[in-house]
Amino acid sequence: MTITTTAPANRAALLVLADGRFPAGGHAHSGGAEAAVAAGRLYDATSLEAFCRGRLDTAGLVAAALAAAAAAGVDPLLLDEAADARTPSPALRATARKLGRQMMRAARACWPSPVLDALAAARPRGAHQPVVLGVTASAAGLGPLDAAHAAAYEAVSGPATAAVRLLSLDPFDATAVLARLAPDLDRVAQQAVDSARLALDSDVDALPAASAPLLEIAAERHAAWPVRLFAS
Amino acid sequence: MDRGGRMTAVVPTRATAPASGVRAAARIVAAPDGRGGTALPVLDGAGPLALRRTRAVAPGTAQVTVVGAMSAPLGGDHLSLDTRVRTGARLAVGSAAATVSLPGRCGRSATYDVRLTVDSDAELCWLPEPLIAAAGSDLAMTTRVDLAEGARLVLREELVLGRAGERPGRLVSRLTVRLDGRALLDQGLALGPGAPGWSGPAVLDRYRAVGQLLVVEPRFRDRPCQVAVLPSDPAEGEAMLTPLAGPAALVTALAEDALMVRRLLDAGRQAAAAAAG
Amino acid sequence: MHLDHPETYPQRYSHPSPATALSGKHPAPTSSSAPTVRPDGTRRALRIGLGGPVGSGKTATVAAICRQLRDELSIAVVTNDIYTREDAEFLLRNAVLPAERITAVETGACPHTAIRDDISANLEAVEDLEETVGPLDLVLVESGGDNLTATFSKGLVDAQIFVIDVAGGDKIPRKGGPGVSTADLLVVNKTDLAPLVGADLGVMARDARTQRGELPVAFTSLTEPDGIAPVIGWVRERLAGWTAAAA
Repeated sequence: MTITTTAPANRAALLVLADGRFPAGGHAHSGGAEAAVAAGRLYDATSLEAFCRGRLDTAGLVAAALAAAAAAGVDPLLLDEAADARTPSPALRATARKLGRQMMRAARACWPSPVLDALAAARPRGAHQPVVLGVTASAAGLGPLDAAHAAAYEAVSGPATAAVRLLSLDPFDATAVLARLAPDLDRVAQQAVDSARLALDSDVDALPAASAPLLEIAAERHAAWPVRLFAS
Repeated sequence: MDRGGRMTAVVPTRATAPASGVRAAARIVAAPDGRGGTALPVLDGAGPLALRRTRAVAPGTAQVTVVGAMSAPLGGDHLSLDTRVRTGARLAVGSAAATVSLPGRCGRSATYDVRLTVDSDAELCWLPEPLIAAAGSDLAMTTRVDLAEGARLVLREELVLGRAGERPGRLVSRLTVRLDGRALLDQGLALGPGAPGWSGPAVLDRYRAVGQLLVVEPRFRDRPCQVAVLPSDPAEGEAMLTPLAGPAALVTALAEDALMVRRLLDAGRQAAAAAAG
Repeated sequence: MHLDHPETYPQRYSHPSPATALSGKHPAPTSSSAPTVRPDGTRRALRIGLGGPVGSGKTATVAAICRQLRDELSIAVVTNDIYTREDAEFLLRNAVLPAERITAVETGACPHTAIRDDISANLEAVEDLEETVGPLDLVLVESGGDNLTATFSKGLVDAQIFVIDVAGGDKIPRKGGPGVSTADLLVVNKTDLAPLVGADLGVMARDARTQRGELPVAFTSLTEPDGIAPVIGWVRERLAGWTAAAA
């Protein structure tokens, strides 16, 4: 039996990019967890896992596919448009652009690249975060699968971290949820890359558009709260 | 059926259905009749999709009703419905009853593809009754809409998981709308057995009916509608009206049953109409 | 994520500048690592951060600075609330500045993260204010009420004020922590309450000196007329230095 020991040359850059401490604004967002807690739908580790599974295969899959496609070289402005079309909630569109702008700032400091500069110039108020993430991955020498993994992981790690703060959930339980989701993260990342390949040969309609109606509606409710802990 | 999506006349078997399933492609073309009205130069029903021109509700508009002559789609069926509305024409399409996706004898999945093309200065109201995924069924439904700049559209889609008191069937849906070639709305749902996370607190939770109502209206370009979370008892359902990134408004509704989804979509449509002025 | 150190943490590890290395234990006044010019080449506004424990009077201090200086300077404020817009709304209600000059940053239950570990949202808020209300002379960034370890990143502000109050106990300066020991200005607020809570201002001043060396301390009582004066004097000095550096 042979063991493959080769990894992409810049694998460690993925750890930098996917680190929860990467300063791109994510800490202030709960990925819909705060609204789900308020609605009584998220209250313990089991419901956190159910929440994360739903988010992973909807918003997470779409984000991973957008990121993979951007890393693969699909026109980021078309992807930005595709992201808008996949996000009916204006609050979530605004959040995605705000986070995209924050990620752009961190990305240009870490991996200066003309591709990042061009996207920043074309979308000064921010492109959708997964698109920026994908372009960043490519600027960091990473590939579409890396970008997809980072986006998919972020889709579940954000709510898990927020749930620890919101529910005083045992952090070991919350992290165990993420560990149990690992095979699904791999599956979603691969699915995202497969669709990104199709999009490269055809158009952005080849990317998944999996929607989560409750996340969208709850995001609009949450945006109207006068008092909240998280920005989204 | 009544408006609650509970079938009063279920036709669960199709005695003559071939084991391999039906392939059927129906077509509608609407064009101005030259007298201020709308003609239907093409009205071709096929297989289980029978088409009837019915009495118009609005003047100048041609009304077509899809009559489910046989219960469809069954597993293994491949149905398509292609509709084009030419410049200056106005078409409204509805259906006589809910469409019920049923398991086929071959255990294969079914597909139902709807393709809508609306030219500039043309109008389409696409308001079918709900699509119900009966227990054991497996259907992939795609709706692809291409709008020219200046086209107007009202489109409703209601998906219900299982008939009353029944387990849900499997239903994968995709609604893709392009305006002048650019992505305007793209929404997919993968629901029922085998779809990950769909019944969790991020997607449908305990709701079993979901609906969207899209209004594309050139006037929204200068005056987009305001976001509104529609008032409702969360025990029954919840919904919102949102402006899209183009000249369009979308109502998204979730509820216990088809009746409540319809109520919420209607309320959202009224709010959108008020915004359009 | 939290990167908090326990409150007994004795000293912030700051990278000593050559000046610090020469002058001894305490670092030189913060100087921001953020670019000091705007995209058009003009010098951007001086950014001052205000941190400190909950209830010590950060928002009141911001309000007092604005009232004193708003007629001669173009000022804007960024607040970092734990519960979103509370502080911003206080400033709005009290008509300290026009609404378009006040922005609230949401911090996801971690106010210190937003001013230290991940400053991207605050930087964007500051830049947006510069863009929408025109050239500014001074931007005040108020942190959400936090603990004694919260300090501002040098990537965000040019100087920072740490606000404590006598009602919090006269032992706070002795306990030290990065805010007390390294802030460019330590404000000891609510001195009028000292007799009521049995706080000894002399002890506080002495302990602060031990922790801070030559770094300045201002005692304020915002209920008294011109009680903010010592802070205003310090802000004016910083502004003069900022402007002189541009010349």
